[in-house]
Amino acid sequence: MADLKERIAARTAKEFYDGCVANLGIGLPTMVANYLPDDVHVVLHSENGFIGLGAEAETGREQVDLINSGGVYVQHTPEAHFFDTAVSFGIVRGGHVDITVLGAMEVDEHGNLANWIIPGKMVAGMGGAMDLVTGAKKVIISMLHTQKGKPKILKECTLPYTALGVVSMIITEMGVMEITDEGVVLKELHPDYSLEDIKAATECELIVSPDLKPMAEE
Amino acid sequence: MVNKIRTAQEAVAEINDGASIMVGGFLGTGSPEILMDALVEKGVKHLTVIGNDAGLPAGTYGAKTARGIGKLIEAGMVDHLIASHVGMNPLVGQGMNDGTLKCTLVPQGTLAEQIRAAGFGLGGVLTPTGVGTIIAEGKEVINIDGKDFLLEKPLKADFALIRANVCDEFGNCVHSLSTKNFNPLMATAADKVIVASEKIVEVGGMDPDNYMTPGIFIDYIVGGEKKWQI
Repeated sequence: MADLKERIAARTAKEFYDGCVANLGIGLPTMVANYLPDDVHVVLHSENGFIGLGAEAETGREQVDLINSGGVYVQHTPEAHFFDTAVSFGIVRGGHVDITVLGAMEVDEHGNLANWIIPGKMVAGMGGAMDLVTGAKKVIISMLHTQKGKPKILKECTLPYTALGVVSMIITEMGVMEITDEGVVLKELHPDYSLEDIKAATECELIVSPDLKPMAEE
Repeated sequence: MVNKIRTAQEAVAEINDGASIMVGGFLGTGSPEILMDALVEKGVKHLTVIGNDAGLPAGTYGAKTARGIGKLIEAGMVDHLIASHVGMNPLVGQGMNDGTLKCTLVPQGTLAEQIRAAGFGLGGVLTPTGVGTIIAEGKEVINIDGKDFLLEKPLKADFALIRANVCDEFGNCVHSLSTKNFNPLMATAADKVIVASEKIVEVGGMDPDNYMTPGIFIDYIVGGEKKWQI
């Protein structure tokens, strides 16, 4: 499982380009930062109020006034800039974040996303997720392809939406998919799986790209 | 010049049962702990609390006490919490299950803009966030040049309790690094605004270019706020 998540993170990192501004969700999306090539300088936005998010702070060297949006003590990069929450989300909604990477409970073929609430279960709250997926230029969902075998890429989301029509790309251990007006297009397939495998693990129709490639690994 | 300096107890003396209060901070970072402590000591009930989250319960990251709004939740002082994320504080889920705590969840950027609208004299804001979701229920959708937006109304409170690292005797504030979050916004949107500061300097004691929150928003200044101890 850990290896599969590393694979997803490594492939997601290839979507980043030098100088882009990005926001990484908690969990697997955070791992993407470990796979960025040295010549690709990404400026990370932290929605609790700064640009220039760095690595986790070493024990004993924490600055108590400096956390990330998960409450973890972190470092900031030299170009960092700190601001209040209105500016932070102005950056988000204003389209100044180029890429955001998040996980999902469900994504559907219209690019609709559900990742914040399961009715009847304890609700954590959407935090900044609704703003991020609404405002970021490119929304990448990086996640395991299924929930213990149950498809998460669907014809229609069944859970309450986080936002409508916002997802651009889905990256899983099985492949790379783009959401288009026609539906979900499979662009890359991991060599460990056949087309039948990935179709069986996906509820909605997968349109196989005419130039389908093997999923790029390191 | 009006003397704004108060003790924590004096500053919270006017906050009574049923008051609405905004509390700055993000998971406790940037929350005015000495004002939380003074409120718990006073023992007010039935508060409506507006903040980013529910603070942290005791024990999180090894902390001996609850943090920020977590102190008010722990003491059972909150009837209604308006926040963007409460998942780090299990006491909120318990309170919702028991029916002792009502919780209204608001997207973080929307919460910031609702507070800013109240403080900046706006009738509301139009945001694309939440369109087509359960957040839109009961809200007016306004189409501007072909795109749908939700009308989100201003959100104000009786009191705002904020934190500064440095504050002068007029109330001009500096909030270090990621402690800014909601503090400068909340300072604009309440009838009475109290700042707890680590350090208080004389007026003119700092380069005015360094201040982030204008002192005219501040009613009471309380010294003695401590750096959080890990």
